[in-house]
Amino acid sequence: MKQEHNYSRRFFLKTSSILGALAFIPRGVKAFYEEVKNFIVPKKEELPINVSINKKSYAIKADTRTTLLDLLREDLNLTGAKKGCDHGQCGACTIHVNGERVLSCLTLAVTLPGKEITTIEGLADGDKLHPMQEAFIECDGFQCGYCTPGQIMSAVACVKEGHTKSVAEIKEFMSGNLCRCGAYNGIVESIQKVAAK
Amino acid sequence: MRPFLFSKSSAITQALAKKNGTTQYIAGGTNLVDLMKKHIAEPESVVDITSALPAKIEATAKGIQIGAMMRNTPLANDPIILAKYPLIAKAILAGASPQIRNMASTGGNLLQRTRCPYFYDITTPCNKREPGSGCSAIQGENRMSAVVGYSEQCIAVHPSDLCVALAALDATVKAQDKSGKIQAIAFKDFHRLPGTTPERDHNLPANALIHSVALAENAFAKNYAYVKVRDRDSYAFALISVAAALHLNGNQIIEARLASGGVAHKPWRWLEAEQYLKGKTANAATFEAAANIAIKGLKPQSHNGFKIPMLKGAIETALQQCLNP
Repeated sequence: MKQEHNYSRRFFLKTSSILGALAFIPRGVKAFYEEVKNFIVPKKEELPINVSINKKSYAIKADTRTTLLDLLREDLNLTGAKKGCDHGQCGACTIHVNGERVLSCLTLAVTLPGKEITTIEGLADGDKLHPMQEAFIECDGFQCGYCTPGQIMSAVACVKEGHTKSVAEIKEFMSGNLCRCGAYNGIVESIQKVAAK
Repeated sequence: MRPFLFSKSSAITQALAKKNGTTQYIAGGTNLVDLMKKHIAEPESVVDITSALPAKIEATAKGIQIGAMMRNTPLANDPIILAKYPLIAKAILAGASPQIRNMASTGGNLLQRTRCPYFYDITTPCNKREPGSGCSAIQGENRMSAVVGYSEQCIAVHPSDLCVALAALDATVKAQDKSGKIQAIAFKDFHRLPGTTPERDHNLPANALIHSVALAENAFAKNYAYVKVRDRDSYAFALISVAAALHLNGNQIIEARLASGGVAHKPWRWLEAEQYLKGKTANAATFEAAANIAIKGLKPQSHNGFKIPMLKGAIETALQQCLNP
């Protein structure tokens, strides 16, 4: 039985030549689009970053805009350091660079090569918690726990700096770490405990 | 954040050679990175100058020179600073948090931008951020704003504590240009009043970077004070701050220095009050009279009338503290 269909020889030639032409257009359009984009949208730059974090070497590439905090959390899955305000006002992202406490949210990752970074993940010795981590557990130094990694990194530095002579001094030198649960008394107690050791 | 090209420089002259229209130089980054996140600073290129700037204190014929890259914490802990310029250490420790002081540089401290909430909110007009757009603070929330030296275009205040102490001690800013030449700028001439150009905070030449800040020997290492009044006890910008220093001979004031933060677009010197104190006996009555001279004629904004009595009290307290530092 003869099948009814609408495809003619003319139809075939027409559509195949249009499709053939279309195959060439995208390249031109794409190049034009890229040109316009490069003119309007600023150039992104990715740079290699060789960095040592918790005594482990990493060689990664990152956009120049990446902060150390985003590098840790998004690229390296080190999510201990927390993003609280992302503007240097809360201290939740506190980590150590060359042994000194700094804010990872205000540090550009591209400025880091050659530096040794320590995060909360690098504080414990295997399964053995750092004395400050033990003290926070013993003294109820936290409630919800979100500010805790920053508090502990700051507390370790506070003891190392020797700013533990009085409660007032501890509070002053821990003022860069906010705790919305209000675990401040437990935090001060933890620091006193470690400082006394 | 707008994408940018990043490079490092190991010398000021090299860093300046890289400059194009929107280049920003990064040292501590504590202000710049935040400004970039908020799209207030949108540089096409950022040059890291942490290894281009001097980072230590050097002795000079007349005193000392603080390298622009010297970070706040080591500066506040430096034995020379503590022995000869303790007011500097006191002011630094009254500002920011330990983390930020570990990062922030001396040069960057001078160049930090105002913390006026409208400058930071890009959805509102601000003459400092966008010249000609208007000042939102004048009719808006202005309890933190200036009480002296402001203009119809801007009532923002300078946020630094260190700069208040540097102003009190008559520091000198040393700027290095592209050719390597170093130019000295008196601290009182470094920061600007807003006038009709609030977008300009300072008088650092366009093709220069801060190399160092020089301090001459002085007689203010014994009787000094830094009083900072703020919304919370620590880690907040000043509502009012007062740096005071007295050179005493027994009970007689030979010379006095009084400067304030939180009152103007630049660290503000109370020169008339200083002049009054000269030769007077150091006591509560003298201090009150000096404070009254300082607050005379100040015109607060709609929300910060409280700053006037607060300033008076802070000046008296600071001068009193000078006697028992």
